[in-house]
Amino acid sequence: MRRALFWLALAAVLIALPQGLSLSQQEMLVFLTINILLVASYRLLTLTGEWSLAHVVIMGVGAYASALYAAHFAVPVPVSMLLGAATAAGVALLLSYPLFRMKGFYFLIGSFAAGEIIRLLWRRFREPFGGPRGLTRIEPMPSFDLGVWHFDFFLPASYYYLVLAVVAVSLWTLWRIEKSPVGLTFHAVHWQDSLAQAAGVNVRAWRTLAFVIASGFAGLCGALGAHYLGTANPQAFGVEQMVFVLTWAIVGGTATFHGPILGCIALTVLNDVVLRGLGLEQARPMAYGLVLILAVLFLPKGLEDLLARALRRLRGAGARTEPAP
Amino acid sequence: MSRALLEIDGLTMRFGGLMAVDGLSFRVEHGAIHGLIGPNGAGKTTTFNLISGFYRPTGGAVRLRGEAITGLPMFEVARRGVVRTFQHATLFAEMTVLENALVGTHMRFRPSIFAALAGLDAGDRRAARARAEEALDFFGLLGLAQTRAADLPHGHQRALGMAVALAAGPDVMLLDEPFTGMNPEETRRMMGLMRKLQAAGVTLLLVEHDMQAIMGLCDRITCMSFGRLLAEGSPAEIRRHPAVIEAYLGTGGGHAA
Repeated sequence: MRRALFWLALAAVLIALPQGLSLSQQEMLVFLTINILLVASYRLLTLTGEWSLAHVVIMGVGAYASALYAAHFAVPVPVSMLLGAATAAGVALLLSYPLFRMKGFYFLIGSFAAGEIIRLLWRRFREPFGGPRGLTRIEPMPSFDLGVWHFDFFLPASYYYLVLAVVAVSLWTLWRIEKSPVGLTFHAVHWQDSLAQAAGVNVRAWRTLAFVIASGFAGLCGALGAHYLGTANPQAFGVEQMVFVLTWAIVGGTATFHGPILGCIALTVLNDVVLRGLGLEQARPMAYGLVLILAVLFLPKGLEDLLARALRRLRGAGARTEPAP
Repeated sequence: MSRALLEIDGLTMRFGGLMAVDGLSFRVEHGAIHGLIGPNGAGKTTTFNLISGFYRPTGGAVRLRGEAITGLPMFEVARRGVVRTFQHATLFAEMTVLENALVGTHMRFRPSIFAALAGLDAGDRRAARARAEEALDFFGLLGLAQTRAADLPHGHQRALGMAVALAAGPDVMLLDEPFTGMNPEETRRMMGLMRKLQAAGVTLLLVEHDMQAIMGLCDRITCMSFGRLLAEGSPAEIRRHPAVIEAYLGTGGGHAA
């Protein structure tokens, strides 16, 4: 009952959210929502214990693929977005053959190299990737009417609702996966891969599965962003963006589903509200670095731990204020 | 003579210049508790790792019911019915006791993403849980199902390692030094559990230092030294065997190969 009320309230807030905001703030909200899915999909990969540096490039694969399908094959944009996600998952499957011969640090470096190769291919081939300047004038999402509501996806508020719906369904999917026996197997692969193997788990296949699913959702994020921005270029999917994703995950904490999401929201607010308010946008990397260091020093379990402690205290206080019989 | 369930035939493992296991052959009969002993460095654990697929042997064969399983990866060996446990308490330390056992049911109820998303795996989840709880109950761990595995006392952790293996439904369970670090009381209890496993139809092959335990428990013992077979027989035969006594006590000058 309480849980249902919580979700209803959250849905109401999320739907009402763009109303009080300026256009640029609404735009921020679009990207924040996409980034939430990006970092949540990244967490699925980290469940198996592997940290990749190719996640943002894979997101770019989704963006490029979706844009190209829409431009060259006249695929309707919603369909091309799904195809873009599938392409990202397919590229991840291909990459998994060399990458999962490695583990831990070697996998990390290998994934970085694989990502850079993809980015170099985008730069090198003007056809069809547009070279260093990337793709421009990407097909926008067609507007559509839903009875009384008219959605013009040039407007950030409308696009926000589209993204919100897609991200909500995706997060629900990721959540179901994590809480199922599939998620348990991912955890098993992470904590003791030899014991998991002794129980008959094909560890490499399960690592690949997590990588492919996570990449599919990353690709979806890329497609959602590209059809809104109208552009996709190699710089947008560079290692700097990847470091932001890592920072969100580490600052938020990766032990829970909501940890990385908290990190993403907190740092986006810090960046887009506080720094922009102070006119210090140039200081973004420095601020992220500072937050990362502070988090590692003083909040090693991430913001999720802070939230858990706050909730415990709140519950404790609630229990105490209940009238004695 | 009945056909052996597990047959080790000329198994050889070379690490660079070191012959860790050198042409080792022995057979494990169906339903037996079979001990593999030998002085430190005899190659027992290497043999174990070769049988379970943790290492790929340089030569020789491992056959299960006459079918070669040599050099298969560990999960494939497990799927054919040979499940191992590990030295020390190798567990999913961050998971609960029940979750550990649930991972053991992986082979029987292979998790599927699509079934999980469509909510079609409710029956499997129930059955997997029942099986996991049965395995925990077998080792007297059911009351601790919600405890974090890392918080269990040592003896219980060893038992949980075996419960995970049992949940996998093995024909042969390989136990790697199951009595290490146990006090006499825990050892006695562990021996009782192994007899109970045998009664449940599981064939056991164990590597062990603890002579006391192994003499009282095993139906048959294979003793190895420097990678080779030294002697094989019943506990009484092994106890009297001059080569075994020499290998363990080092009487006299050289070593009988």
